[in-house]
Amino acid sequence: MAARTVLQKLEILADAAKYDASCASSGTAKRNSMGGKGIGSTEGMGICHAYAPDGRCISLLKILLTNHCIFDCHYCVNRKSSNVARARFTPQEVVDLTLAFYRRNYIEGLFLSSGIVKSSNHTMEQLVEVARILREEHDFHGYIHLKTIPEADPEIVHQAGLYADRVSINVELPTDSGLNRLAPDKNAAQIEGAMGKVKADLVEAKDAKKRFKHAPRFAPAGQSTQMIVGADAATDSDIVGKASRLYDSFKLRRVYYSAFSPIPDASAVLPLKRPPLIREHRLYQSDWLMRFYGYRPDEVMQATEADGNLPLDIDPKLAWALKFREQFPVDVNRASKEQMLRVPGLGVKAVGKILASRRHRALRLDDVARLTLSITKVRPFICTVDWRPVLLTDRADLRRLVAPKTEQLELFAA
Amino acid sequence: MIALDHAGLDTYYVVHLPEADDFDFWREHARALVQCAVPPDRIAWVEPGGSGDLFAQGERHMPVAPAEAKPVRANRRFVSLARNAILHSDPERFALLYRLLWRLQANPRIMEDKADTDVRQVEELAKNVRRDSHKMHAFVRFRLVESGEEEEAGEHYVAWFEPEHHILRANAGFFMRRFSNMRWSILTPRGSLHWDGATMSEGPPAQRSDAPQGDPTEDLWRSYYASIFNPARLKVGAMLKEMPKKYWKNMPEAALIPELIAGAQNREAAMVEKGKSVFSGEFEDRPDTLEAIDKAIHACRKCPIGRLDNHAVMGEGPRDAALMIVGEQPGDHEDQTGRPFVGPAGKLLDQHLDQAGIDRCSAYLTNAVKHFKYVPKIVRGGKRRLHQNPQAKEIDTCRWWIESERAIVRPKLVLAMGASAARGLLGRTVSISKVRGAPIPLEDGSELWVTAHPSYLLRLDGPAREEQARLFDADLAAVKARLGEVSG
Repeated sequence: MAARTVLQKLEILADAAKYDASCASSGTAKRNSMGGKGIGSTEGMGICHAYAPDGRCISLLKILLTNHCIFDCHYCVNRKSSNVARARFTPQEVVDLTLAFYRRNYIEGLFLSSGIVKSSNHTMEQLVEVARILREEHDFHGYIHLKTIPEADPEIVHQAGLYADRVSINVELPTDSGLNRLAPDKNAAQIEGAMGKVKADLVEAKDAKKRFKHAPRFAPAGQSTQMIVGADAATDSDIVGKASRLYDSFKLRRVYYSAFSPIPDASAVLPLKRPPLIREHRLYQSDWLMRFYGYRPDEVMQATEADGNLPLDIDPKLAWALKFREQFPVDVNRASKEQMLRVPGLGVKAVGKILASRRHRALRLDDVARLTLSITKVRPFICTVDWRPVLLTDRADLRRLVAPKTEQLELFAA
Repeated sequence: MIALDHAGLDTYYVVHLPEADDFDFWREHARALVQCAVPPDRIAWVEPGGSGDLFAQGERHMPVAPAEAKPVRANRRFVSLARNAILHSDPERFALLYRLLWRLQANPRIMEDKADTDVRQVEELAKNVRRDSHKMHAFVRFRLVESGEEEEAGEHYVAWFEPEHHILRANAGFFMRRFSNMRWSILTPRGSLHWDGATMSEGPPAQRSDAPQGDPTEDLWRSYYASIFNPARLKVGAMLKEMPKKYWKNMPEAALIPELIAGAQNREAAMVEKGKSVFSGEFEDRPDTLEAIDKAIHACRKCPIGRLDNHAVMGEGPRDAALMIVGEQPGDHEDQTGRPFVGPAGKLLDQHLDQAGIDRCSAYLTNAVKHFKYVPKIVRGGKRRLHQNPQAKEIDTCRWWIESERAIVRPKLVLAMGASAARGLLGRTVSISKVRGAPIPLEDGSELWVTAHPSYLLRLDGPAREEQARLFDADLAAVKARLGEVSG
């Protein structure tokens, strides 16, 4: 077989990387290339340089170094027993591509992952080598996200954190039994052990930075992980519980969810049909409730239905409100911030605006309407000086009244 | 209100701004006008190229503020919003900002009142400008121009961009900090920026034709864009929300979008269809009796083996056997008789089971793969079917059946003979020499023991055969002993 061109390799190795949901380039240390010899800057906010027709942001050059793999994880398109086309970049080829794209303002940086070749250590060393060349030889100041391999030596993983803005290790599946079944070469304890080690490194580097100005940075954008939704029988309750435990134990910046999607040359033990994409969306919404709205994990779980899954037709915040109607209506002129954050249809920004405005005037319904996106959604759950929805919350058909029309859901189902 | 001498109530003022984005000029003049108590409706603000000269007879000379005039108040929130809002293309922005500044003097906390119409409008303008800037950071696409001559030799990156608002100058710093060691130019219909690695210079408005028309690297970028897109998750609305069509014409990758969308549903359907031909949809109901499995495996065509000229061979043995023995797949004899372990390897197995004191009739015997995989071969005297090892994927497909059998028989111990059988139970390929001799716990609480397949012994001679037979017997003895423990 003739050697593949860079273009052919890029096609194979980008295609193989698209099942990783994360493309974030935000939250790292601010820096730029002024006074240096290279290029690149990060200014806190991530930038999405393009959007693909799947609605996902393209912020980073997201590729695998190679899709050859000695592991045989059933949900993975690159597993050993799959018949996909294989390719392999050299570290220098990845560096050249990253710089060529960055100079043309296509990307914020690089998200590099890899199949396991030869050994976990060898693979991890290759990933670190790419980051090293970018940082040391080209003085690259853009964003680097390295996927780390739990089985690799902690010292090499530590090296990765010294060059990268973010490191991540995928927990892959929400339950240990799911992992045993679908990723027989992986080990839950080992994955969590590696995340624990990264957390310890993060804490130590932060501590050193306080005491020594020039202490080396370690993954300033922290660590994240990803779970596949819908490939095993785990319920949304299981998933939310697992995510909150991961946030607490490992100081994760983000837990990403990836709805299992049909992959070419799929393994026999996987479901043939994908779960509805809206399920992934509902899980992200529940993630938001925990991170920004002050919901405890057990409260999010209260929003699930009898089967342990979040309703698909309405969002988890609305589901919770419908279950705990006695908490409503909330008086927007008096209620605390925490109470208002529970009102379906009021976001963090809207609540901030209400709190600021009500110092100046007693809010009427049309004032609130100006501060929110949809007053129709909010109205049944609030009172203002001129509005009190006494009857609405007692109505048995409230869910039908406030739930979005089903046609809208088709947008996601497309 | 006290009418000041030099700003009579009937005087109108026209302020001509030198640049559409000149905040400092606006601030200076707005401050003076407030100090002279000129109400908002007496001022016309005119930007270059603008036609806002409503008051033809307007006073063009600015009033002079009285020495004792109070300082003009403007809090930080107002200034930061105004700095952005002034970049908006709305010609009314200067008047709106002045009106808000005017009202701010009477109500210093007005900026907190988010329900106020003027506050909301200014916030809206500032938000649109921030968004436009953000999209400029995102969607500017440089193209490389190689200029080999002159002293300016080297790489020059040039972009053509069409911002909606007057944001070019305000965003020069972003591109300078990011591409500080590159020579670049950004050309827009409102003006242009040039950075040579040390200094920034401004140029006149440009046209699209002034910018380079292509760059070979765009082929790589387009192919990346097409490859990173997952056709199984089409969400066109989400894309359009963040990347409206008005930006597409200057983004090399956007030309691919229509065909990617059109091809997506077909690609996903093809993936699922391709999958269907080789594997069963899990979550289809498992058969709950051995008879149902027997019937179903005869109809199974989920992998290519099932489509050969052969017959499925069902496991046999007591429905409540404590021991399940799993081989690789039926051989020629088994295929013809419809029973497992009746060929040469089966005979050898019987001998060793006898020696170990395991009663074959008390165990449930089955195979990891239910059909005989072979290649036809012409030999002297006719045709023969030569045994072929099943592929990992075929074993994984057939795992569905062995799991169904295990769910019904619920053996305490499973003895897998050979690597294929072990894969059928574990889902991964193990090395027999490494895992034999010790139990591997299975999900349902039972134990898996792994040993060689008896056909392996058949292929050996002499000392090697003796050695392997000894190991095989040792494995069987260990299983026998363990069987006593778990059953007792």
